Amino acid sequence: MDQNIQSVVEFPESKLERLKAKQRTIRNYFLSAPALIVLTIAASGPLFIMLFYSFLTADEWGGVVWQGSLQGWFEVFMRHDIFDGTLLPADAHLSIFWRSIKLSLVTTLLCIVFGFPTAYFIATRPRSQRSFWLFLVTVPFWTNLLIRTFAIMQILSHSGFVNKFLQSLGLIEEPLRLLYTETAVTIGMAYVYLPLMVLPLYATIERLDFSLLEAAYDLYASRLQVLRRVIIPLVKPGLVAGSILVFIPSIGAYVTPRLLGGGKSLMLGNLIELQFGQGRNWPLGAALSITLLVIVMVAMLFYVRSTSRSGVNHAH
Amino acid sequence: MRQLKNSIIISSVAASMLFVSQSVSAAGELNIYNWGDYTSPELVTKFEETYNVTVTITDYDSNDTALAKVKAGGHGFDIAIPSANYMPIWISEGLLLKTRPDQMSNFKNVLPEWTNPDWDPGRHYSVPYQWGSVGMVVNTDVYSGDINTSAIAFDPPEELVGKINVAPEMGDIIGMALYYVGSEPCTDDKAALKKARDVLMAAKPKWVSMTYGIKEPFASGDIAASVYWNGDAMRTRQETPSVHYGYPKEGYVLWMDSVVVLKDAQNVENAKLFQNFMMEPESAAIASNFAMYANGIKGSSEFMLEILATAPEVQIPAEHLPNGRFIEMCSAEVNKLYSGIWTEMMK
Amino acid sequence: MHINFLKKRNRDRFNVEYVPSFPVLALICILCLYAPMVPLLFYSFNDSTLLTVWHGFSWQWYEAAWNNERVQEVTLRSLGLALQASVYSTILATMAALATTRVPKYRGQGLIYAVINQPIMVPEIVTAVALLIFFASIKAATGYQGTAYLVLAHTAFCIPFSYLPIRARLENMNLSLENAAADLYASPWRTFKRVTFPLLFPGILAGAMLAFVISLDDVVITEFVKTPGKDTLPTYMLGELRREVTPEINAISSVLFVVSILLVGMTFLISSKK
Repeated sequence: MDQNIQSVVEFPESKLERLKAKQRTIRNYFLSAPALIVLTIAASGPLFIMLFYSFLTADEWGGVVWQGSLQGWFEVFMRHDIFDGTLLPADAHLSIFWRSIKLSLVTTLLCIVFGFPTAYFIATRPRSQRSFWLFLVTVPFWTNLLIRTFAIMQILSHSGFVNKFLQSLGLIEEPLRLLYTETAVTIGMAYVYLPLMVLPLYATIERLDFSLLEAAYDLYASRLQVLRRVIIPLVKPGLVAGSILVFIPSIGAYVTPRLLGGGKSLMLGNLIELQFGQGRNWPLGAALSITLLVIVMVAMLFYVRSTSRSGVNHAH
Repeated sequence: MRQLKNSIIISSVAASMLFVSQSVSAAGELNIYNWGDYTSPELVTKFEETYNVTVTITDYDSNDTALAKVKAGGHGFDIAIPSANYMPIWISEGLLLKTRPDQMSNFKNVLPEWTNPDWDPGRHYSVPYQWGSVGMVVNTDVYSGDINTSAIAFDPPEELVGKINVAPEMGDIIGMALYYVGSEPCTDDKAALKKARDVLMAAKPKWVSMTYGIKEPFASGDIAASVYWNGDAMRTRQETPSVHYGYPKEGYVLWMDSVVVLKDAQNVENAKLFQNFMMEPESAAIASNFAMYANGIKGSSEFMLEILATAPEVQIPAEHLPNGRFIEMCSAEVNKLYSGIWTEMMK
Repeated sequence: MHINFLKKRNRDRFNVEYVPSFPVLALICILCLYAPMVPLLFYSFNDSTLLTVWHGFSWQWYEAAWNNERVQEVTLRSLGLALQASVYSTILATMAALATTRVPKYRGQGLIYAVINQPIMVPEIVTAVALLIFFASIKAATGYQGTAYLVLAHTAFCIPFSYLPIRARLENMNLSLENAAADLYASPWRTFKRVTFPLLFPGILAGAMLAFVISLDDVVITEFVKTPGKDTLPTYMLGELRREVTPEINAISSVLFVVSILLVGMTFLISSKK
């Protein structure tokens, strides 16, 4: 059915059809207009200010002077050695970039490993209980982020629960260093971003047609095969949405790395924040964030395009 | 067409709902923009009752945020409380109103050492709020040696390696490292900066964290030393009695936050009243009892909490006084070197 | 789905929905989610200013929170703001999702998609500084200092968080039911109300819940956008973070937590009775 409509719209047979298609497009513009207006005023529009700022000169005390300059963009990629002035690639930025991407990838994976079964579990409860389970999963997140982070710090600390527990089992003698490590950051970020994975996944799994699974089992598919060949392809839209929602914000994460990681190594979010704060180099901050935006946007468009194409294939 | 009409109705309703708002009346008000967790509610109530003014408190988290916000304009604040090293910027950017606190009735209460600071000569703009220092907070159960040295952080003794926290304040930390190598903060002497960088790069692997909040990790044993503010050191000592505060002999950083009136303030008269009010010994003491720092007002100690009036973290012992100095704001050029060093260190 | 439920009863031994290890992982996950709540509740009764070392039982922090008007005010403001932002952003996101999913390709579709998702692609500080500059000119021109700035900013950055779950849900819905309704001469609005909306509801609920959580936790944008006296719980805590966080916040969070658990539990009892 879906397919038929599409082909009709794409190749209008009569004037009437063409008119209907046109009307539908206008409807689409009007439906998306309010969201676009709000976003243009309070998100994307102001971002043009940033694009503009990235081509200006840094003011001595923060902010910019109205004088064109490519210095900000130059500093994204290159740096002069602080002391002898030789031109070098900006390796610090590169390693910070890499660390952020690495930790975000691990975070996303952890969220999938725990979030997928959770979403699946909720979606296969009896219909009347589903919203209860959904709320049960989100209630901890109604507590302030900083409070939750402190609670995690308490669990991981030197005299915290994990160390006490391991010591009482006799597995370790001296407390382990858990707090202020990259492991702590990853655990913390996976915890913080978990609902971003569970909720979109739930929304798609809830819609899953389980008779397809039954058909697969009737064809002697194994449990694993059903998961890999049937369930995952069918819930792909949710998986894509969830991964985007977890991966991208965790690249720019700010509070969690600072508190759980001890703030000793910068993440991308901290690096950019530094430029707008103590570093007083707004053009560099602006250029860094636009670089990030472009990379993420290209990756995302590519990702969405490739997954939506394979999604169509499965629907055939 | 009906489709279209419906979409338009939905869109416009949604858009208009966004702009529902309430208005505020403006009579006898004062808007104070201060560091978070730094304004005593008791102080606010006292001012409100004395002058029949409604006070609104808004928090900021750093000097840079406050400066950026006030500089952008349209902020709606009357009073801000910036730190000493940022004061010259506020003055030179024309953000402040010249209220001449030095001619106010309570100015006689200001301790002589605070009447003519470098950052506001003659006190034409500002009134002291709180002041303190950045030093070495050490758990002497873990390390019993001399704590009055910044070697605690920059060349840590064996016992403290891997247990040190450093406040993530670029200016203060690099400044302290420059003192440590025998130079001055904000110097443009590249040899000295290079030395400071090398010291920092070598020390950093021996630190465990660079974050805010030290009371909890000291109590739980996650850290045993920290470069931090004196007031926090005192409060940490309340929970962990073996924690002591050292004043580095190589030089340590002093700071003072002062009450200023903003140029585009809406309630100038109330703001001036507040400046004068803050120079009363009792008000200054109330502020100190909440923020747990010294205040610079004569006669305030009799209203202060016992622990505050006697704490070695707050009342600097005479032998350490000469080593404490106010740091300036570095020039743009030096600041760029600073942030280069900082980024390299934290990459 | 319905067929499946019937079948399940007949074939108790083989449950099609079952995936090995999933229930275990799910329960572990839910337990982990609640793990930090234990120290939170526990230390709210601590007879000390510490959040990490136990000194003895006391109600003092509940008393302190009860007497601290500022903490109550910022908590309520956070909740109100999150509620407004999530409702607005979900409405806007639902409309936008309907306009961009399951429709024939049209000009500008890609751009709309990019604009909607843009807020999650830049670190918050960038949007924050940009909004500061932009709103400052509006504030200076109009003199308006109310909460609308915060509502607007929160709504904007919540939109992608509502949009993506709704879109994911829509992608898995085919048009046949809606077309059937249209064939029966139902108006588009009626079709939406009676067919699309009920089918889409789990996605809308998921989107609204995400937006609520995201708005509740926002620090950086709020810090830069807020007008005088409009602190939220996170910006209030930012100040405490630098100095010391007292169990007072634990107490207030514990109360909210217990209240929300009770509410959720009650809805469960009511819905399972039906």
